[in-house]
Amino acid sequence: MTQTITARFFLDYGEFKFDVDLRLPGSGISVLFGPSGSGKTTLLRCIAGLQRAPQGLLKINGEVWQDSERGVFVPTHKRPLGYVFQEASLFPHLTVTENLQFGLKRINKPSSAADLHQIIELLGIGHLLKRMPDRLSGGERQRVAIARALALNPEVLLMDEPLAALDFQRKQEILPFLNRLHQELNIPVLYVTHSQQEVAQLADTLVIMADGRALASGPLAETLSRLDVPLAHDREAATVWPVTVIEHEADYHLTRVAFAGGTLSLPAIDAAVGTPLRVQVYARDASIALELPSATSILNVLPATVTGLTDGHGGQSVVRLKVGNQALLAHITRKSTVLLGLRVGMGVYVQIKGTSILN
Amino acid sequence: MLFNSLKSVLLTLYLFSKSIFLTLFLFSVNAIAHAETTLVAVASDFTKPMTEIAAEFEKATGHSAKLSFGSSGKAYTQIQSGAPFEVYLSASEKYPLELEKSGHVVANSRFVYAIGKLVLWSAKPGYVDDQGQVLTKGGFQHLALADPSHAPYGVVAEEVMAHLGVLEKLRPLFVQGENISQTFQFVSTSNAELGFVGLAQVIDIASGKIGSGSGWIIPDTLHSPFRQTAVLLKTGAENPAALALVNFLKSPTALAIIEKYGFGLPK
Amino acid sequence: MLTSADIATLWLTCKVAGLATVLMLILGTPLAWWLARTTSRWKGVCNALVALPLVLPPTVLGFYLLILMGPSGPIGQLTTQLGLGTLPFTFGGLVVASVLYSLPFVVQPLQAAFAAIGDRPLEAAATLRAGPLDTFFTVVVPLARPGFMTATILGFAHTVGEFGVVLMVGGNIPDKTRVVSVQIYNHVEALEYDQAHWLAGGLLAFSFSVLLLMYSALKAHPVAHQLK
Repeated sequence: MTQTITARFFLDYGEFKFDVDLRLPGSGISVLFGPSGSGKTTLLRCIAGLQRAPQGLLKINGEVWQDSERGVFVPTHKRPLGYVFQEASLFPHLTVTENLQFGLKRINKPSSAADLHQIIELLGIGHLLKRMPDRLSGGERQRVAIARALALNPEVLLMDEPLAALDFQRKQEILPFLNRLHQELNIPVLYVTHSQQEVAQLADTLVIMADGRALASGPLAETLSRLDVPLAHDREAATVWPVTVIEHEADYHLTRVAFAGGTLSLPAIDAAVGTPLRVQVYARDASIALELPSATSILNVLPATVTGLTDGHGGQSVVRLKVGNQALLAHITRKSTVLLGLRVGMGVYVQIKGTSILN
Repeated sequence: MLFNSLKSVLLTLYLFSKSIFLTLFLFSVNAIAHAETTLVAVASDFTKPMTEIAAEFEKATGHSAKLSFGSSGKAYTQIQSGAPFEVYLSASEKYPLELEKSGHVVANSRFVYAIGKLVLWSAKPGYVDDQGQVLTKGGFQHLALADPSHAPYGVVAEEVMAHLGVLEKLRPLFVQGENISQTFQFVSTSNAELGFVGLAQVIDIASGKIGSGSGWIIPDTLHSPFRQTAVLLKTGAENPAALALVNFLKSPTALAIIEKYGFGLPK
Repeated sequence: MLTSADIATLWLTCKVAGLATVLMLILGTPLAWWLARTTSRWKGVCNALVALPLVLPPTVLGFYLLILMGPSGPIGQLTTQLGLGTLPFTFGGLVVASVLYSLPFVVQPLQAAFAAIGDRPLEAAATLRAGPLDTFFTVVVPLARPGFMTATILGFAHTVGEFGVVLMVGGNIPDKTRVVSVQIYNHVEALEYDQAHWLAGGLLAFSFSVLLLMYSALKAHPVAHQLK
């Protein structure tokens, strides 16, 4: 991957120091994940130029947007980006159409009407065009805001917790649109969230932020399963595998999917063969056996290798496994670790009790 | 240039300190608790002499006089509307006569306390000659006078100009002060080159001559008699301090002060 | 009834107030914007200076203006050097004095409206390729419209109602500086109460209708829009 984002920023707020040095891929969704106050929004604002870090270097696909050593700082309005705020921030004095055209009128490249039409279609806002923003629901507003940012045909899309201000139902209303974006857009998206669900559903690359620093960054499954990151120890710890539908077993109401290194049986999914999906496996749903269990109700038993092992707190261990090419986490009791004599490098079988399909 | 700005700043400071002094003075008058107090409306041209007379009055009688300075017309309107003034020192004869008609005045209390003297004055030395020929010669852009529609000084100023035959010629150059104090400000700040003011405003009491700038003390023959008239109002009929003040205004002490400030004495 | 002199003062008043309002909006808008946005330590000083005419007696302001704009004052010397002569007793001087005196009535509503808009619309506009000036005219001005309305109406109405400063700086010259408030005063002082009533009643009705108009318009649009 030649296209990349290089982002280095240093900001000193006294008590809080923001110090980030990241390289992110130039495509797919990079999710910045962390608790509030961890600096993820600051990072996004620095990238947008809404906040000016005194020391900073920012290159997007080869273009320098900021280089404090050479005194380069491209103001926000000259950066070819799209930005979606936590609150939709539509202009209340303009209709939906006028909001969509606000940025469009100001860019040099003639973005075709067809493009805008496609974006309107993609986000399902065609019926809202003549309305004023105060006549829209929260979810509708956020969809218009996303369309408004996309209409600019940006080189990078920045999204700051676009779902955080919405209730559960509105979130469910927007997530499918974000998934479609994911599949249809070929620009890098930086997406800030503190929701593990959104991480699992959207991220290709995951950046874990804490106390103004990036603790870890890398491909989603890799980063999710890193034992040196608090996330792996969380009760909700999970890994996400990209899979493809290969077969439907109608009699059993099952669907078989393939991942890098094997296949899984899942409850029936209404998706054509060949459809790419994401499967989430919670660490608490994975158990370990030393031999292939001959009689078990669990359908998904896969050979694996132990690649990492920690003593968790409260008698719990976190085991990192490799299944084919995919990383997997298992939360088991410390006693089991000892009884099984688990060591790094050991070959084992992993039983997956349950999975969830994310899209 | 710099000197001039400095001068204007000093003038401002001077006027400030003067007003502070006046305030302190009024406070001290108030402070004498046992004495009777009378509330007096005073025409603004009589500000300086009346301040001094009030001090002497207090020394001589133990009573005190609270002074309210302003245009005679304003005081008149206020009295008509029930203002609690007890003695009214007007700059003209007109308002006291009107008040008599409307029944606000104690019978037979009306008297002339001073004769106003009009001066054509400029803040610039040598600008106004002692014959007032500058009025016929012209060469200025603004001529300040008190508003003739209600201020007595404005009325006599118009009479003087009419007498000299320059009234209509000069009318476009008029700038009108609401009262004689404001007219003086227009001229003293040089915004108007010259103007008709009261002698009391420009006299140097040590020498008895015009203190600064240049001026022409206008002879009484050029205008109708400028009789500054006072009345005892019915509100003050029972107040010994009010009665005492009316009498004190006719005393030699008061007359000496009145003359010192450039007013004529009643005949 | 109103005499032709009265009508002349009304017309003059409208001219002074109209021109002063336009000037106040031109000067007051950037000033209010700066005051609403700045974190400079001079903000407090500037706020206090702008608000000063609200608490100062008009005669104090008038007196200082008379000195400053007079032949010996710094402003007077400047205007003289520029070939404008001195400002007191002129229509221009009256407008200048009115601008200073009524400025807080324009700046304060604008400042409040600008502050209510907050950072977000400006940031949103910046991410949509709008430069600062572009943003000001296409986003801030429409969002602050109720503030502009209040500022315009209050600025105009307050200038119409102003008396003390005008009296000091204007010199009460018919057709040049004699505005309606001074004319009313003249009528009262000259005991022409009938004339005074006509004008004063008219002014009262005018002021009331202006304020009524403003408040009913503002009911429809509160101080500033919130972003949706």
